Amino acid sequence: MLSNRHLSGWLLAAPLALVLVVFLVAPIVMITVVSFWGATEWSIYPAFQFDNYAFLFGSEVTYRVFLNTLKYAVITWVFTLLIGFTVAYFLAFHVRSLTWQIALFLLCTIPFWTSNIIRMISWIPFLGRNGLANSTLISWGVIDEPLEWLLFSDFSVILAFVHLYTLFMVVPIFNTMMRIDKSLIEAAVDAGATGWQTLWHVIIPLTKPGIMIGTIFVVTLVMGDFITVRFMSGSQSANVGRMIQNDIGLLQYPSASATAVILLITVLMVIALLLRLVDIRKEL
Amino acid sequence: MEPRPRSFYILAVFFGLFLVFLYGPTITIAILSFQGPGGGLTFPMRGTSLHWFRDLFEQQAVGDIWGSFSRSLTLGLMVMVTTVVVSVMGGLAFRKRFRGSGILFYLIITSLVIPSILVSLGVGLIWSQSGLTVHWSTSGFGAQLTWTLPFGLLIMFAVFNRFDQSYEEAARDLGASPWQTIRHVVLPIIASSLIGVALFGFTLSYDEFARTLLTSGSYNTLPLEIFGMTTNVTTPVIFALGTLTTVFSFLVIALFLTIYWLAGRRRARRGSDAGKGLV
Repeated sequence: MLSNRHLSGWLLAAPLALVLVVFLVAPIVMITVVSFWGATEWSIYPAFQFDNYAFLFGSEVTYRVFLNTLKYAVITWVFTLLIGFTVAYFLAFHVRSLTWQIALFLLCTIPFWTSNIIRMISWIPFLGRNGLANSTLISWGVIDEPLEWLLFSDFSVILAFVHLYTLFMVVPIFNTMMRIDKSLIEAAVDAGATGWQTLWHVIIPLTKPGIMIGTIFVVTLVMGDFITVRFMSGSQSANVGRMIQNDIGLLQYPSASATAVILLITVLMVIALLLRLVDIRKEL
Repeated sequence: MEPRPRSFYILAVFFGLFLVFLYGPTITIAILSFQGPGGGLTFPMRGTSLHWFRDLFEQQAVGDIWGSFSRSLTLGLMVMVTTVVVSVMGGLAFRKRFRGSGILFYLIITSLVIPSILVSLGVGLIWSQSGLTVHWSTSGFGAQLTWTLPFGLLIMFAVFNRFDQSYEEAARDLGASPWQTIRHVVLPIIASSLIGVALFGFTLSYDEFARTLLTSGSYNTLPLEIFGMTTNVTTPVIFALGTLTTVFSFLVIALFLTIYWLAGRRRARRGSDAGKGLV
């Protein structure tokens, strides 16, 4: 007989499963199917051909764009990790009252609940040709000519990524740090460890799960992004998301789907690699 | 209390700079949105005025932003309510292992990490190939749920991991039915975390761009409308709009935090009457 336990589980999970099947599984299946279809200039037709993949893997542009996407992910990861870890470390170990910890933590997370697009737009007055950064540097005499690479460049893309996604590092790292038993740190200090040694041999190893979760967030967000790259590079740089979006704009859905399938596989492989290193479910 | 080490002050400065980095740009466009009528997208300010805010109320200057705002608001509320209900049910379901729970868990994680454009593209394709018309309240609504539900569920998992099951046992021992246990014991205890789930549900939906891009149809939500403006509007009116929606977001966040705080106080006040009968 079907046990009561399974039945109540299924009933409670049914709405969730329904949403995920219709809006997650079905779309993935659809994209995979369409990636084998053919397209004319204005329509797509069912087929089973490998043309889209052949074209994708045959083109040198694909490799360059995927490499560029990984470059963005790695550089952004380094910066968000360094900044996020430092911020979380300060909050968890140097701020002493819980009220202050919560208040400052909230200050760090509030921008997460506001619009990413507005936060991107708000860099224009800073980085533009006549923006704050250039005019300040000129008035200090550091440069004579405005720097052209501040806005609409790889620099501004990565700056925006770091700006948008550092809190995805801060939150899980802070969460893990808050659960470190403070007596372990006292023990390290009593045993004669310096501040750096405590940090390196006690705190960082214990914070690894948080770092991993933050890493998964940042890497997947950057790899799947298309809007930040489009906006902050002024359409001058490309990543995989942009490639997909371009094809969509040209109504080339089959080739967009093929790229999307490869992107998904890449992202899932990265995650699988990271998940081998940490069990997320234990860390909540 | 021992004196603070020097590292405290260095880190405090670093933290301060981080906050400036985080909020500086937003504050800058807030200032620039008060540009005089002749002002541009950067400093200097050419006078101060409410000119650009007034422009927001003129249809021809900015398109249909109020229509898109009300759509975003409605959609945000729809997503919020659905996220809360489905997350609570999902959270309750995951307290016990059931057949398929492992697969479902991996689907939740996939939903969280899948590039948004895939959801957008896939849902759009399904709708177009089955002859339906994409609309923000159907395809757009569902696409957004794939982003808000994982957050809601992760919060619920965290809540139930810390949940003391002896309360439920006590209720059962006193003869409560499963539904009564949930209604009168579990829900009141987790109520304050639901405020957090609701906050995620609403704000993530209200700001969502990528997943709505190909699924919202001919009526834009606010983020789509704003993005459209970035390509053809070159006046501070876009800063005025940005400032206004950011202020709106802040008000929403403040509202949720206040409710959370009030709920906590109310609970602290009414929480325990242990020992009162003895006096």
